[in-house]
Amino acid sequence: MARHIVARTSEIPPGGNKVFGVEGRDIVVFHVNGEFFALLNRCPHEGAPLEKAACVARLTSPEPGVYQRSRVGELLRCPWHGWEFDMRNGQSYFDPKRVKVRSYPVAVESGEELQKGPYVAETFPVHVEDNYVIVEV
Amino acid sequence: MSDVIDRPILAEEEAAKSRLRIIDCDVHPSIHAHTDLDQFLPKRWQAHLRTYGSHLRTPYIGTTPYPRSSPLIARRDAWPPTGGPPGSDLDFMRKQHLDPLDIEYGILQVLDLFIFSQQNLEFGAAIQRAINDWQLAFWSDRDPRLKASILAGQDDTEFAIAEIERCAKIGRYVQINVCPRANEPLGRRRYWPIYARAQELGLPLGIHVGGYGGHAPTGGGWPSYYVEEHQSNAHTMAAQLTSLVLEGVPERFPNLKIVFIEGGFGWIPSATWRMDRHFDAFRSEVPHLNRRPSEYVKEHFWFTTQPIDEPDEGKHLRSLIEWVGADRLLFSSDYPHWDFDDPRFAFKTPLTETERRKIFNGNARALYRL
Ligand code: FES
Repeated sequence: MARHIVARTSEIPPGGNKVFGVEGRDIVVFHVNGEFFALLNRCPHEGAPLEKAACVARLTSPEPGVYQRSRVGELLRCPWHGWEFDMRNGQSYFDPKRVKVRSYPVAVESGEELQKGPYVAETFPVHVEDNYVIVEV
Repeated sequence: MSDVIDRPILAEEEAAKSRLRIIDCDVHPSIHAHTDLDQFLPKRWQAHLRTYGSHLRTPYIGTTPYPRSSPLIARRDAWPPTGGPPGSDLDFMRKQHLDPLDIEYGILQVLDLFIFSQQNLEFGAAIQRAINDWQLAFWSDRDPRLKASILAGQDDTEFAIAEIERCAKIGRYVQINVCPRANEPLGRRRYWPIYARAQELGLPLGIHVGGYGGHAPTGGGWPSYYVEEHQSNAHTMAAQLTSLVLEGVPERFPNLKIVFIEGGFGWIPSATWRMDRHFDAFRSEVPHLNRRPSEYVKEHFWFTTQPIDEPDEGKHLRSLIEWVGADRLLFSSDYPHWDFDDPRFAFKTPLTETERRKIFNGNARALYRL
């Protein structure tokens, strides 16, 4: 897997997302509760663009009439038929063995670290005060 | 993990896309603003719409009884960037739907204002006229791919016939639509004049799910959840198929063609098996039927595919298609609604080339004479 710098952290606002073309694939990166998650921008069901998904909470109900929300903002609700996926690993909640969105490892690294690594200033204008979102594809 | 539906992209999708020229039998255009209807609506009814609004035969005024999954039942990505509700912007519809999916024809199905269920029948009739004119002016005239249906609420038969005559003279509509949730089951004699006229004009009768006829949407009353109501669409269609067949509509109107739209098709085998079995036992109660119910179903009815059935095992969908018959199925997407089906991925079972051609194009081309 190659590591790609896709954005500055400040380019993806909290609760928002952005799509990047990486190695011929559309990858959508979400920013939720200070973390970044990268997924293929296609629902595995019929192909809806996940950038338009709603970021929802996990809603569970131990019994009828009792509702609990957890992991607020970390579940994707597909913009078409509403299937839900876990942003962390692309896993679906209703049929986790059969259906998942392809997900990619994401890291955030500071410009300072990057300058020392394989990414050089000529290719990416690096300001050392910034952090960068790295997606492995 | 070979059975995981984890789709990479795109090479064979591109190929599949260019192979299919699709006739989409269920595309929903919507009215950008009620004022768009002004040019087609007499002043008296414009004032009525502004002053009193639209009142349906349901206990819920000014809204639908259930939350419908997402705002305006729409795909979240279908809101036009220019504003207005999903389905209201032709350019965006072209860009998002007609062009990329290579739609040769789209049959328009208007749901706005729930015109079939208006309590005030004169107002309902005026709105029907306005929307029928609007379909041509705002859609078909601007994009010849889009074909309009004559909307004719059947609960005032006289108004319905008048509207059918008026539109038939214009000659550009491909179907006559009536409501599946009317005041009485669709096989009843009070509706026969409409069927007679449809037969004479050679226009298929379209029946699109939805609307509220004042009765609860299920035989058991008003459900609690949208998911229950959504499920009941199939029951409503099954009840209407039963009524039409057993009350003798196809027997009486042998050239009438009837299209069930947005009811899916998973329920059809069981409904027809059951009717046949009952017919064997009770034929003396319905001596006006000369054939077994399944024969009428096979010859007079067509079914659009969406919402497609998705059994856990693809081979069951395969059997379903064989039972219903690939020659009875018409592809439909339901664009721009949340349960939209993408023609490239909706069928989770392989189709033969002949089946594809029939379902995605040939059947509809013949039925609507396109
Ligand atoms: S395309 Fe995502 S749930 Fe159907």
